[in-house]
Amino acid sequence: MAATDGAPRDLALEILAALSESSPILSAETFPKSTFTEIKAALDRLASREMTKYDTLEREEYTLEPEGEQIAANGSHEARVFEALRQAMDGLTVQEIEKAIGDKSIAKLGQSKAFKEKWISRTKEGKFKTATDAIKDVTREQVQTIKTTRTYPDAKVLAELKKRKLVKMQKVISFRIHKGPKFALEIAKEETDLIADMLVSGAWKTATFKPYNFKALGADQNAGALHPLNKVRAEFRQIFFEMGFEEMPTNKFVESGFWNFDALFVPQQHPARDLQDTFYISDPKAAGKPGPTSPDDKQDYEQYWENVRQVHENGKFGSIGYRYPWSPDESLRLVLRTHTTSISTAMLHKLAAKKGPDGLPPPARYFSIDRVFRNETVDATHLAEFHQVEGVIADYNLTLGGLMEFMDIFFGKMGITDLRYKPAYNPYTEPSMEIFSYHKGLDKLVEIGNSGMFRPEMLESMGLPKGMNVFGWGLSLERPTMIKYGISNIRELLGHKVDLNFIQRNPAVRLDKS
Amino acid sequence: MPTINVDKYALFEELGQQYTADSFQQLCFDFGIELDKDTEDDPARPKDQAPELAIEIPANRYDMLCFEGIAMHLNIFRGKHGTPKYRLLDIPESKMQSITVTKETAQVRPYVAGAILRNLKFTEATYNSFIGLQDKLHQNLARQRTLVSIGTHDLDTIQGPFTYEALSPKDIKFAPLNQTKEMDGEELMAFYNNDKHLGRFLHIIRDKPVYPVIFDANRVVCSLPPIINGNHSKITLNTTNVFIEITATDQTKLDIVCNIMVAMFSKYCEEQFTIEPVKIISDHNGTTRITPSLAVRTMDVELDYLNQSCGLNESPASISKLLSKMAYTTEPSEDPKLIRVAVPPTRADVLHACDVMEDVAIAYGFNNLPRSSPNKAATIGKPLMINKLSDIVRNECAMAGWVEVMPLILCSHEENFEWLNRVDDGTTAVKLANPKSVEYQVVRTSLLPGLLKTIRENKSVALPLKITETSDIALKDDTCERRARNERHWAAAFYGKTSGFEVVHGLLDRVLSMLRISFITHEEGLTGKSVDFEVKQNPSPSDGYFIEEINEPTFFHGRAAAIYLRLGGKVHRIGEFGVLHPTVLEKFDLKYPMSTLEVNLEIFL
Repeated sequence: MAATDGAPRDLALEILAALSESSPILSAETFPKSTFTEIKAALDRLASREMTKYDTLEREEYTLEPEGEQIAANGSHEARVFEALRQAMDGLTVQEIEKAIGDKSIAKLGQSKAFKEKWISRTKEGKFKTATDAIKDVTREQVQTIKTTRTYPDAKVLAELKKRKLVKMQKVISFRIHKGPKFALEIAKEETDLIADMLVSGAWKTATFKPYNFKALGADQNAGALHPLNKVRAEFRQIFFEMGFEEMPTNKFVESGFWNFDALFVPQQHPARDLQDTFYISDPKAAGKPGPTSPDDKQDYEQYWENVRQVHENGKFGSIGYRYPWSPDESLRLVLRTHTTSISTAMLHKLAAKKGPDGLPPPARYFSIDRVFRNETVDATHLAEFHQVEGVIADYNLTLGGLMEFMDIFFGKMGITDLRYKPAYNPYTEPSMEIFSYHKGLDKLVEIGNSGMFRPEMLESMGLPKGMNVFGWGLSLERPTMIKYGISNIRELLGHKVDLNFIQRNPAVRLDKS
Repeated sequence: MPTINVDKYALFEELGQQYTADSFQQLCFDFGIELDKDTEDDPARPKDQAPELAIEIPANRYDMLCFEGIAMHLNIFRGKHGTPKYRLLDIPESKMQSITVTKETAQVRPYVAGAILRNLKFTEATYNSFIGLQDKLHQNLARQRTLVSIGTHDLDTIQGPFTYEALSPKDIKFAPLNQTKEMDGEELMAFYNNDKHLGRFLHIIRDKPVYPVIFDANRVVCSLPPIINGNHSKITLNTTNVFIEITATDQTKLDIVCNIMVAMFSKYCEEQFTIEPVKIISDHNGTTRITPSLAVRTMDVELDYLNQSCGLNESPASISKLLSKMAYTTEPSEDPKLIRVAVPPTRADVLHACDVMEDVAIAYGFNNLPRSSPNKAATIGKPLMINKLSDIVRNECAMAGWVEVMPLILCSHEENFEWLNRVDDGTTAVKLANPKSVEYQVVRTSLLPGLLKTIRENKSVALPLKITETSDIALKDDTCERRARNERHWAAAFYGKTSGFEVVHGLLDRVLSMLRISFITHEEGLTGKSVDFEVKQNPSPSDGYFIEEINEPTFFHGRAAAIYLRLGGKVHRIGEFGVLHPTVLEKFDLKYPMSTLEVNLEIFL
């Protein structure tokens, strides 16, 4: 049963051998020398292969304290005192007893106990001598019994000895071990993985595989990842493509006041044009006047410029205008675009030159998702940069009911329903409708975007025909993303302070699945 | 949007209805104003103070910047009453109060208007509202008094006719409002220089050769616009005849402000909604006229346009009724297809028939409008090619195990140049004129600052870090109308215990091969094979990319290369990659080596 030839002793094999002789066995009986951990490891190894099964037993066990060990070896203190006196024929003084025993405290304790037991008595000279011929050292017998059996039949004795700090109690776990369904005397070698060599050798047919821990995570993938904002952007682009939208060329961070404001009928004294809100450019100094973007571009930009000036200054196209002296220099100041609507404006202006089969500009749907800039004081919900999602629909005889219906479909694709529309003000759309949706978490309507019909004086200035209406709407990319991911600080989403772990662990975006 | 605080109980009293929180919210929502706050249940409200409602007003509704305007328009909207008919008192011109304008005012603030409210009774609430409206108008439409400023006076303390002049600061001497000491223009500038409230208006005239000033017949200074009134004509709760003078640099806004001021408070005149006019004598610039104008503008609007845009089919009578809820009055036009809409002088926001159309929709209720299909015409979706190209690069990088980041586009000048050991020669970077922080000084000309800062902020993430960005930079370009253009770049950075030079190099190879660009080596006979390689008899140098060692201070010497692309026989430098120079790492507070890559993608279009 024991290991031979110096090979390490395999407890698991020993357990199997013992079980082949009788089952069940008790670990405490069969392997008294093995520690709990050794037995447990061996049993778990066997149990995982269903070779054995086991029950856990718990019992109290008494072992000797150092003083108890001493008594077991040398006898109780009182017995040692008696023995010392027995050997000295003429009795001993206290000092002599101490000397004979070699321990002052044992001598003292033993002397007083032996006296109580009437084993010894005092002589007239003040010496001690034996008072009886023979004694029975009960304590020693008790501790010796405990030392071998680790218990004692009489619980009172155990309690007494424990109180005297001669023995201590501890809980001991042992096992009752049975044969398992796959009991065998040998343990097959365990493979952790199916490897190519096994396929070649055919070893997989006979090999035993170590069970996989299905409760643990798999291996880290060190995966690449796309940024969550871009994932949401991809969803939006998908929705736009589904609905027949063409993506606009938004590759112009720098815009002139003309395209960013004037062409959108934003008056030159509008607060949005304040230094507080808009980033102005110091270098380069100023924009050129709007002009052809390619040799094929035959549009009359001078007329457009003049129309815009007149619409602001005197009114035109049925509008009384803002009636203020319009400054060309202000219009040529360069800014970082405050919205991508500057691009939509340029696209609509180009649309005016296109001719459909009926000779009129054809209906068009454009969208963009790109960065815009505001001279904001940075806080949890504001950054100087964010992304604007924007769409425009140009068509004939559009109605507000159609605009709202479109928004219902568009936002419905993101799982946002029950929209409400609130009148609002925007210099370039009239009517302007703020789009609200009921937010369950906040238990109130929250604004999710802005929409409206572009003002006729803006569109007709471009040369678009009077019957053509244009819907426009916009929202930020960050806001729905923050709601989707439960982010309260925009800086955790955009910019260099974003946590790379956050990017890496972000799940796929499925806007339609809430 | 301006926010107006109004006494809740007084407003409900004026509306003649006690609203619940929800029903008032709904009324505001439907009308297009926003209930921002209700202090009814605010524990901070003193017990003796009535609760306030904070109401946000659309930025173009100057006629709702006070309690009176909000109450009036909500009442009109609810059909409680119509638009008041404002009327100028019939006074012969010879007996009219006047303001004579001198031509020197053209140098500083050329326009003036005046009006008188007679036999008016203020209460504490209406007096505060009267002052409050002036503040709100100054802040919003008047752009912090630069365009228009209002002065109001107790007419019984001064005597017309008035003059509006512009004098040298030294020649104007008076005791300003709530002061006893007389001071001249220069002393006044010094006196108010550190004043929290008035200090910010001083710049409007400070450096002008002459300051505008309004005198009464006895040369009493009524006001020094746009800064302060004189103490002499100070208006109080007990004032009954109010002289309003308004000066401006913009005549349109002057008239709007004048109309709104008198329309809102003529309500409290003994003879309601009447205003005593003031004659402005200003022949030098042809603006002699009687103010306020209180002109009601009429517009002939196509009924079809109103109905069609709203998706409605309402009769003229019904349209008329809807418009009356929005403060218009209407009458039939000679042409049955038109409706004649009278726009009250308060509705300065109405510029075009589309504004009337919106009001039809609001009166009908946006959320009640009939729905129709938005799909009139079929259009074809189409992505922007540069975005499609970027998506290929982005996805390839992610598939190769790189993490996409999105740093900011604006950065400091140092981050874009000095910290990268790059020199600003003044030809590349677009610079901002008014940034609020050094973080926003220039538009990046490289994606590197953002990548380096992202890594700097991610010190706790396990190494190595592999990050990438595909986005725009901007460059100055005098050939463009905007004098600048964007350029789509792709960049990547590896940060770890080793430099990762080959890793970055490998990413370049991988992405370019996915873009069907092959690697060209310089050894003879070892021309690379592109994906659609064809054996040619006499192959000219094939298209593809190659790299060449460069020595640029951004990178560690001997560990950097420029990336060249040969397309159609023409060679372009499209970017560079290398191990960053340790001094660059130090500037960005990076402790480990880093390799970066940056490529201009535009060429691959």
